[in-house]
Amino acid sequence: MTGTAFLNRKDLIGLLLLGLLIVVVLPLAFDIFRLNLIGKYLTYAFVALGLVLCWGDAGILSLGQGVFFGLGGYCMAMFLKLEASSPEATKIQSTPGIPDFMDWNQITALPLFWRPFHSLTFTLVAIIAVPVLVTFIIGLAMFKRRVGGVYFAIITQAIAAILTILIVGQQGFTGGINGITDLRTLKGWDIRTDHAKYVLYFINASLLLGSIVLCQYVRHTKLGRILVAMREREDRVRFSGYDVANFKIFVFCFAAALAAVGGAMFTLQVGFMSPSFVGIVPSVELVIYCAVGGRLSLLGAVYGTLLVNAAKTMFSEDFPQLWLFAMGALFIGVVLAFPDGLAGIYQSYVEPHVERLLALLPGRSGPGMAAAAPASRPE
Amino acid sequence: MASNTDFLLAVENLTVSFDGFKAVDDLSFYVDENEIRVIIGPNGAGKTTVLDLICGRTRATGGSIRFHNREITALKEHEIVRAGIGRKFQNPSIYEDLTVFENLEISYPRGRTVLGSLAFKRDAEVRDRVQQVAETIFLAPQLATRAEYLSHGQKQWLEIGMLLIQDPELLMLDEPVAGMSVAERKKTAELLHQIIRDRSVIVIEHDMKFVEDIAHKVTVLHQGKILSEGPMAQVKADPKVIEVYLGH
Repeated sequence: MTGTAFLNRKDLIGLLLLGLLIVVVLPLAFDIFRLNLIGKYLTYAFVALGLVLCWGDAGILSLGQGVFFGLGGYCMAMFLKLEASSPEATKIQSTPGIPDFMDWNQITALPLFWRPFHSLTFTLVAIIAVPVLVTFIIGLAMFKRRVGGVYFAIITQAIAAILTILIVGQQGFTGGINGITDLRTLKGWDIRTDHAKYVLYFINASLLLGSIVLCQYVRHTKLGRILVAMREREDRVRFSGYDVANFKIFVFCFAAALAAVGGAMFTLQVGFMSPSFVGIVPSVELVIYCAVGGRLSLLGAVYGTLLVNAAKTMFSEDFPQLWLFAMGALFIGVVLAFPDGLAGIYQSYVEPHVERLLALLPGRSGPGMAAAAPASRPE
Repeated sequence: MASNTDFLLAVENLTVSFDGFKAVDDLSFYVDENEIRVIIGPNGAGKTTVLDLICGRTRATGGSIRFHNREITALKEHEIVRAGIGRKFQNPSIYEDLTVFENLEISYPRGRTVLGSLAFKRDAEVRDRVQQVAETIFLAPQLATRAEYLSHGQKQWLEIGMLLIQDPELLMLDEPVAGMSVAERKKTAELLHQIIRDRSVIVIEHDMKFVEDIAHKVTVLHQGKILSEGPMAQVKADPKVIEVYLGH
C-alpha cells in the first residue's frame, strides 16, 4: 500500500531486467535473422499483455484476440501495400496503381474503404480505432446483455472464424488466403533491409516496454482493482453502484488496442499480413502464451510468449508434425499443475530467495508491497 | 394507479412469478424514514426475493416499488444503488483477493464510472473515511489483510462496512447474524444498533431475540403474501403467525 508510485522497487527491477534482455542481450546474442524472429514473437506479447488485464484480472476470456491483432496488422498492411502499388511500380497491370491482388481479381478501381489508407496519419489512427470500434460494438452487445464466461469465449471464437472466412472469401479486397504480401517501403524507407529490421525491432521493444508500464499503471488505479473485484463478485460490484458492463467493455477494448499495436508491428517486421494470424488457431495460441507465462503477471506473459515461441521454433524445425501436440500438452500441463504459469512458479520458488538476497542489500526501503504475502495472520 | 406517499419506500401490489409460481404475490408494504423493519417468515416465504426485487436483481412481473416517490422497478442495479439503496447478501459477498482497505475503498461512493475510476485518487478524505468505517466494523487492525484470511464473522462485518461507506438511505440486510458465534452475534447486534441510526433498514432475520431487540415493525411473509404486520408484540400474539412460523 505505497502512496502514488505505481511501479514499486520490485516492478522496476523486473522491468529493467526485461528491458536489458530484449534491448541489449538478445540483439547482441543473435544475428538479424533470429532477432527479426524474436521481434515477431514480441509482437504477440502485446496481445498477451492485454489478456493479462482482460482474462487474468477481469476474468473475461477472449478466444478471438487474433481478430484484433489481425485488424491492426491489416490496417498497417493496407497502407504499405498502397505505397508499394504506385502506378510506376505496377505499370504492367491492366489497372496500374492498385494492389496486385486486386488486379488479378479483375477489380479496376481502388475500393472506397482502401482510399483513406493512402494517409499514414489515418492509418496510425485506424490501427487503434478500427479494432477498438469493433470490440466496443461486440462488448456493448455482449456485456450489456450479461453474456459472459464460456458463452463469451465461444462468441469470440465465432468472430475469429467469421473474419477469417470473410478475408479469405473477399479475395479481391483483402488479398484472400495469401494475405497482403510484398510490402516494401514506409514513406520511402525500405523496411526489408537489415538496418530497417534493427530499427523496427527496437521500436517494437520500446513500444512493448511502454505498454507494460501503461498496463501496470491501469492495474494500479482503482479501475484495476475493480476488474479483480468483478472477476470475483460481479454482483457485489454491481451493488456497489458500478455499471459492470462498462468496465468490461473498457478492458476488452484496451486489450484489443494492445493487440492491434502488436499486429501493426508484426506487419512492419515480417513484411506481410495474412488470415493465418486472425483465425481460431492463432487466437488460442495467444491465450496459451499468456497462460504459460502466467495470466496474472505482465512480465510473466512476455516471458511466456518468448519461451513458447522459442520452443515452437526449435521444435518445429525438427519435428513439425509433433509441435501442435507438444503445445497442447504444455497447455494442459500448465493449467493443471501451475495455474499461475511461469510467474506463479517464480513467485513460489524463486522469489523468496531473491527477497532474501535483496534484504541483504543496504538502503532497502521498507517491507515493500508484496501483495501475495498476507500482512497479518490468517484466522 | 400508484398514489403519492410520504414513505421512503412504497411497495405496492408487487408480484413476481417464476414459470407460473408466484414467489411474491400482490405484496404491499411501506417503510418510513428511520424505520427499522424486520421481515420474518418460514423458508421459501419470499423474503430474499422481496429484497432482490427492491434492489433490481430480480425484475417484478407486476406492481410498483417507489423510493422517495420515484419508481425504481425499471432502474438498473447500479442506478438503484446510486439512488441510495444498499444491499447485504446472505452469504458474505466480499472481494477475497483484495485487502480490507481495498474492499472498502471500492465501495466508497466516488469515481464510479470508467474514467472516474481511472482518475480516482486515494486522498486523505478516502483514507479517513475508510479508517473510520474500519473502526466501526472492528477491522481497523486488519486493513492491510487480504479479505480471504478473515473469519466468517469478520467477512460479514466487512460487507456491512462496504455498505456503510456508501452511506445509503435505505439499508437492506439479509440474515446479518447467520452463522456467527455467540460472541460475534453480540458484537454484530451492537454494530447494527450503531449503524441503523439516521437511516431506514430492512432486515431479514430468523433470530427472534435479535428481531425483538431491533425491530420497530415486523412483517411476516408466508407463501409470498403478508401474513401479519405490526409491532413485535402484536405479531407474536397473532394466531396465524404462531401456526405457520413461531409455533414450530
